Amino acid sequence: MKRHWNSPIWAGFAIVIVALVSYIPIFVRFPVTRDVPWANYLLYLLGGGLLAVGVRRAFQAPEQYRGKISGSILAVLSVLLLGFFVVSILYLAKQIPSAERALRPGQPAPPFVLQDITGRQVASSELLKGHRAVVLVFYRGYW
Amino acid sequence: MSEFHDRGVEVVAISVDSPAESQKLCQSRGYSFPFLSDPNAQVIRGYGVLHPKGGEDDKDIARPAEFLIDTAGTVRWVNLTDDIRVRARPEAVLGAISRLGG
Repeated sequence: MKRHWNSPIWAGFAIVIVALVSYIPIFVRFPVTRDVPWANYLLYLLGGGLLAVGVRRAFQAPEQYRGKISGSILAVLSVLLLGFFVVSILYLAKQIPSAERALRPGQPAPPFVLQDITGRQVASSELLKGHRAVVLVFYRGYW
Repeated sequence: MSEFHDRGVEVVAISVDSPAESQKLCQSRGYSFPFLSDPNAQVIRGYGVLHPKGGEDDKDIARPAEFLIDTAGTVRWVNLTDDIRVRARPEAVLGAISRLGG
């Protein structure tokens, strides 16, 4: 008898991949899904659930469904990917030096002159002149 | 962004990236505020937000931070995160701006 293609395994793994790669391009943009990445955890849960269903039927009804080997491999891979995601979020993202030397409210802000994206020199005094206040946002850079 | 402009407040970004790299970032994210380049991290150091060797190839970069500066050039509000993912929410910055008075 021809055994059935065990689609939940593959669908589940595909969702796990989406859960991993969607955080930076999509969910980081919205503070609600950025600060606690619940949307990604939900996707992991969904993908993991599908994988579990697929692997379970591969082992319980091997004469009907394929996927004992592929399902096991993809399940282990998924766990590793989830582990990598959780470590990145809970540990790697927090590896920045303490900011004890950062300026405090009440201190004078050092003036500066820097180039903008068009190459024009922009002075902090010029920015302050036309405005009530300036918010300086320091970025790590494009990566 | 328009909420900041409505209140007479300019938002300015600073990173160690070159103007060309920052231009790519601004285009891909649709940033319309001034994005300044501090390649030697001199200004970043001056504000005390250097992350030594934090970038690729052990390059010195800025740690994420936000400073609100009034027209007298005084720091009025600071947000320092301990997680590179988590930045100040616009509401928090707008709240600090309302407390500026004047």
